[in-house]
Amino acid sequence: MSQKIRVVIAKPGLDGHDRGAKVIARALRDAGMEVIYMGLRQTPEQIVSAALQEDADVIGLSILSGAHMHICPRIVELLREKQMSDVLVVVGGIIPDADVPRLNEIGIRGIFQPGTPMQEIVDFITKNTRTRVAFERLS
Amino acid sequence: MVPRDVLYTPQSIEALDYARDLGNPGDFPYTRGIHASGYRGKLWTMRQFAGFGTPEETNERYRRLLAAGGTGLSVAFDLPTLMGRDPDHELSRGEVGKCGVNVTSLADMEALFAGIDLGAVTTSMTINGPAPMLLAMYLVVAEERGTDWATLSGTIQNDILKEFIAQKEFIYPPRPSMRLVTDVFAFCASHVPRWNTISVSGYHIREAGATAAQELAFTLRNGIEYVDYAIEAGLDVDVFAPRISFFFNSHSDFFEEIAKFRAARRIWARVMRDRFKAVNPRSWQMRFHAQTAGVSLTAQQPYNNVVRTALQALAATLGGTQSLHTNALDEALALPTEAAATLALRTQQIIAHETGIVDVVDPLGGSYFLEKLTCEIEGEAMAYIDKIDRMGGMVPAIERGFPQKEIAESAYQFQRAVESKEQVIVGVNEFVSPEHEEIGTLYIDESAGERQLARLDETRRRRDRSRVDAAIDRLQAGAKGESNLMPLLIDAVKAHATVGEMCDGLREVWGEYVEDPII
Repeated sequence: MSQKIRVVIAKPGLDGHDRGAKVIARALRDAGMEVIYMGLRQTPEQIVSAALQEDADVIGLSILSGAHMHICPRIVELLREKQMSDVLVVVGGIIPDADVPRLNEIGIRGIFQPGTPMQEIVDFITKNTRTRVAFERLS
Repeated sequence: MVPRDVLYTPQSIEALDYARDLGNPGDFPYTRGIHASGYRGKLWTMRQFAGFGTPEETNERYRRLLAAGGTGLSVAFDLPTLMGRDPDHELSRGEVGKCGVNVTSLADMEALFAGIDLGAVTTSMTINGPAPMLLAMYLVVAEERGTDWATLSGTIQNDILKEFIAQKEFIYPPRPSMRLVTDVFAFCASHVPRWNTISVSGYHIREAGATAAQELAFTLRNGIEYVDYAIEAGLDVDVFAPRISFFFNSHSDFFEEIAKFRAARRIWARVMRDRFKAVNPRSWQMRFHAQTAGVSLTAQQPYNNVVRTALQALAATLGGTQSLHTNALDEALALPTEAAATLALRTQQIIAHETGIVDVVDPLGGSYFLEKLTCEIEGEAMAYIDKIDRMGGMVPAIERGFPQKEIAESAYQFQRAVESKEQVIVGVNEFVSPEHEEIGTLYIDESAGERQLARLDETRRRRDRSRVDAAIDRLQAGAKGESNLMPLLIDAVKAHATVGEMCDGLREVWGEYVEDPII
């Protein structure tokens, strides 16, 4: 039973509105994933380093403050530097439609705007990590 | 949600005694309102919370809101300001001017209120960790313009307990934070007598996921904690208690919200008279601001938000609020556009001038259902308050994560109810439209951040560095001792010290609070 998907959830930036991050963390845990909730005000460096230490399959970011265009590219860049580009990055929060194409371009496909059902997020993560988890844990 | 019967009858409220539990409006325990004449005497203040980008941009919005018939100002600060960080701090990157206006030093506060007579408006400032620093800036601007502090009227939120519980914009550990709060109480009692020195806020507690009863309970218990600390600091309860104000959420469950406001007044009146032995009736009277529920706004079918907000605003006014902010229809997506903010203000004006609800005080008083619901929500809140009393108060309760866990649990249960459609949200989980409705939203680019960085550089270049250092040294010495820090902060502001520098000075003395992440 060591094939649990491992997810690091963090709130980068200065914002403290953690309702969404905590609700999603619980939903993923209830869906059988291993959730590491880092809490507030995590820098991209701290988040990537936690993902490395925890051997995470997924990094989940909650950003409501408008700082996502600074934070997301930095995280993707750090993952590339550490050869961790196979880690799935998903972001939830107040992400304007106008910013979605740019986030897609840098490789972030899991973008969850307000009103997204929890199940949709669970399904997205499950579908997009299955290969990696199966491959790594079995090899 | 407090459970409901299908029908309420005279039997439902048999235990209620009119004189003891309700009283006429203006009479103890103020369940029916704190003013005998209700809104006939004075309408609520239409106070729209606003702030974005640079102080100049926000100043322009304020002038338009006042010109459109707004009757008070309410400053929304950006995250760097709220967290006591200058725009050039690493953590401020990408955040300057995004969620509110950036105010870093005295020059910014001067620009924010340019052309606005501080003696003629009332200003509310939503700031907590650095509340004393921003209040000091406001006072210095008034002094520069020759406005007597005794004529200044407004509110500083200064409610650090709800930051630990819900909003999470804390800087220092709880105990030194409480000292900053009481320093503001003491300073204003003798120098700025008409200033509301705290706005004990349930709004953020509710937004974080609390139920109505939890919002009421945690907010009132926070109020009790502040009174305890102030008395401990040697203040006379009847001097500072009349300057305590409250701030509640006005959510979607119409009658429950009205009941909550009425229960809040009743509990507070009894607490102040019986628990704290206050004798001044003004200490017993709860005054509050209300804001419609931001969390109820949906990104889907955004025009539905106008209707939600109107109903929530109606609940707040039927509950007897002293001032009100109505959210704009686009706020699930961004800070509001000018047009959306104006429509939100118009919503209040329609309630005030077209519906007739202002003609009669507490028009729903005596309803079997509402009175019963008021008693039930009061009972639920009192059970929580007793529980927190047994923990030794709110600071110990926060330190063990009690309110935080209760709120997280309620938030998760609510979300599950939404998933299962037990809780319907129109346009989100039912009555969904296939097409994505586009509305133009306010987009804040990086230019405000660049302009604020440039102004900060200029401030640093023009000021006398040794004067700043000396002021910060005195502030640190004060923090290590017992003296009131407000005069020391006022000196630092006059030396053009920045918010970040003043906050860092105290960080060096007190350290920073780091929350234990719990889900």
